[in-house]
Amino acid sequence: MDREKIRIALAGNPNSGKTTIFNNITGTRQKVGNWPGVTVEKKEGTIYKYGRELKIIDLPGTYSLTPFSIEEIVARDFILEEHPDVVIDIIDASNLERSLYLATQIRELDCKVIFALNMHDIARSRGIKIDAEKLTQLLNLPVLFTVGNRNEGVEDLLQKAIEVAESDNQIPQTRRVKYSKDIEKCIHNFKEFLESNADGNLPYNARWTAIKLLEDDKIVKRRILQKLGVNGPKILEEAKTHRSHIMSFFDEEPEIILTDERYGFIAGIVKEVMTTSRHRRVDISRNVDLVLTNRFLGFPIFFFFIWAMFQLTFSVGAYPMEWIDSGINAFSGFLAGLLPPNLFRDLLLDGIVAGVGSVIIFLPNILILFFCIALFEDTGYMSRAAFLMDKVMHLIGLHGKSFIPMLMGFGCSVPAIMATRTLENEKDRILTILITPFMSCSARLPIYIILAGTFFPENAGTVIFSIYIAGIVLAVITGKLFRTTLLRGTDAPFVMELPPYRIPMVKSLLIHMWDRSKMFLKKMGGIILVGSVVVWGLSAFPRNIEYSQNYAQKIHQEKKAMETLIEAAPNEEAAELKHKHQAIIEKLEHEQQIETTEKSYMGRIGKTLAPVFEPAGIDWRGSVALLTGFVAKEIVVSTLGVLYATGDTNENDAEVLKNALKKSGMTPLMALSLMFFVLLYVPCLATVATIRRETGSWQWTVFSIVYSTSLAWLMAFVIYQGGGLFGLV
Amino acid sequence: MPLLLSEMREGQSGIIVRVGGKGPLRRRLLEMGLVKGTEIYVEKYAPLMDPLELIVKGYHVSLRVEEASQVIVEKIKQEVFDGSREN
Repeated sequence: MDREKIRIALAGNPNSGKTTIFNNITGTRQKVGNWPGVTVEKKEGTIYKYGRELKIIDLPGTYSLTPFSIEEIVARDFILEEHPDVVIDIIDASNLERSLYLATQIRELDCKVIFALNMHDIARSRGIKIDAEKLTQLLNLPVLFTVGNRNEGVEDLLQKAIEVAESDNQIPQTRRVKYSKDIEKCIHNFKEFLESNADGNLPYNARWTAIKLLEDDKIVKRRILQKLGVNGPKILEEAKTHRSHIMSFFDEEPEIILTDERYGFIAGIVKEVMTTSRHRRVDISRNVDLVLTNRFLGFPIFFFFIWAMFQLTFSVGAYPMEWIDSGINAFSGFLAGLLPPNLFRDLLLDGIVAGVGSVIIFLPNILILFFCIALFEDTGYMSRAAFLMDKVMHLIGLHGKSFIPMLMGFGCSVPAIMATRTLENEKDRILTILITPFMSCSARLPIYIILAGTFFPENAGTVIFSIYIAGIVLAVITGKLFRTTLLRGTDAPFVMELPPYRIPMVKSLLIHMWDRSKMFLKKMGGIILVGSVVVWGLSAFPRNIEYSQNYAQKIHQEKKAMETLIEAAPNEEAAELKHKHQAIIEKLEHEQQIETTEKSYMGRIGKTLAPVFEPAGIDWRGSVALLTGFVAKEIVVSTLGVLYATGDTNENDAEVLKNALKKSGMTPLMALSLMFFVLLYVPCLATVATIRRETGSWQWTVFSIVYSTSLAWLMAFVIYQGGGLFGLV
Repeated sequence: MPLLLSEMREGQSGIIVRVGGKGPLRRRLLEMGLVKGTEIYVEKYAPLMDPLELIVKGYHVSLRVEEASQVIVEKIKQEVFDGSREN
């Protein structure tokens, strides 16, 4: 027999503890995806309990259901269009009045609702008492107490939800939000007009539709026009009349009046159900905040946290990276021993294992980075970071919250661009997406390390640091430029809650961290897999190259000659002779390898592009490396390795490459211009794919690619030619 | 005497008289509970003097100085109110 299926939606304000409750209910049985058509994260989980299949949907956290932000639209549309069997509104009990704003809006949607007064332990400790029975009476819906982080009351909540979902009771029509007499009259008249003119085709309940049309709600207006055909314009015309009536009467826009009255209604409820005792306790969170956002200490502490995060990510992360690296090498060696040398082995080892390995190796970094970010978010420090940085970010016309994705950009652009979802305003979001790739991601670091380490051994650290700073400066300039041209517009309001500091739950930190890392790995893994096979193919084909000389034969001859000479020579000279001849053989092999690369498809493309890169001081080998970097920045180093070095893997790779680079005729100035190019040019394939998804537009994606690559070329050109003018090499 | 919220100093409290501004900003301010008649307390200004942090209806919220200048408040004598009181 089929189990009964019940769909439960969780709604609530940000910071209401909604996610904690969701995690408690679903545990690890979560599916993280996207809401259709938009870039808001959708979390759902299915559990089997009480003989039923319960599907829990975590709606985005919002303060309201006014369709301003994508989150609000998503949450409202889900309730309206998908009709969940029951909605649980998670209310922060210590923040009742503001939480009730969303709650009353949900109540107005006429769906089955339960209120969960969450974190009531904190509320009680702050001297707040809430009369749940009274609240039940006043709003005619079940009210329960929960403490999410201790999993208290969550089972009761689920049972209640099932009970409500399965009850045949009609949703009570009475005791919902009441407005003032004049407004109620207006709503009533308009509602009747709607009912008589819609021929029973109204997409939503009549009272709610009337209220929304009075509020000039764009989405509802559009739906009415779609759904009601010829009657649509008539209804909108009527709405207009009512609106201007209210406007002339109150001298204020109807949506303002309604918001005001909703809060008035809420104030009445709060007065009846909530009592606050006079006794006061020390507010620890407030005292902590006095230090963390202190005028003098705020920034030093902030920078310390950021520094600590990077130390943790990159220094501590380096150890597991090494283990993974040796693991991959061992695996690769194992496979090499197992398979006969053929094309398939090359594809598997040089293409797939090497390519995927280059991504897996970053897993420790990513896990640590996301753990730190989850820590910042769950403790409540993230919004303080935005509070501290807003003034600075606002100078480029951005929101304080933009700082967070930009900061994450130093780790990896993919999650960073995904983090722009926290920005409400679309222009802010696009602008942040455009400049985030200039925050030098961790995959580019190995390139700087090799180049700076080779050509600026004395002050490699300073050079790398300057590259990072240059990225930030160019991001600022770009931001300023676009803000005043392409993306002009009013800044999004910075009305942001500063939630109390909380001690995070380890479970939720881990879930948080794992969810995002998983998403990242999945996406990167897929694209990188395809990309590395393509790159391998371009460099491994064509197979039958016409060499300028017959290397195989020459090497063979050399070996033969060596053997005969050694046999004839006295013992003391044999070693020296062997050494000398082996050097010649190695040289021949190296020449052959370079010629192979040069004549591969990849090499041909690089050679074709060489004239473009030449004025910027980048030779054909650099161009090829940069091209392969489109797949993933970490591949640049390995391509440089193939093109410059001998490919002798027995020695330390990095050392070999460094020596080879020095011998290749590359100058410090050329290295610097190459580093700048790497910093700025088109981000990797995975990032481009993310940009496409997050902006939802190919135009912005192409724009981002063209802009960043042109800027990269320009900067490299200026450095190489400018440096040349000053006699630098 | 009414004054702009942005003119209030740290540790001062007042009652909202009017919320001005346009479109989304005004709506957002109202939705976050900054409605007429609400008591507010200026908790602090950020180290760079913008934005500022308020306590409204028992929770903390930050706005830019520019946005706060859209809100007109009536200053109240400060004695007992330190923001931790509800309503």
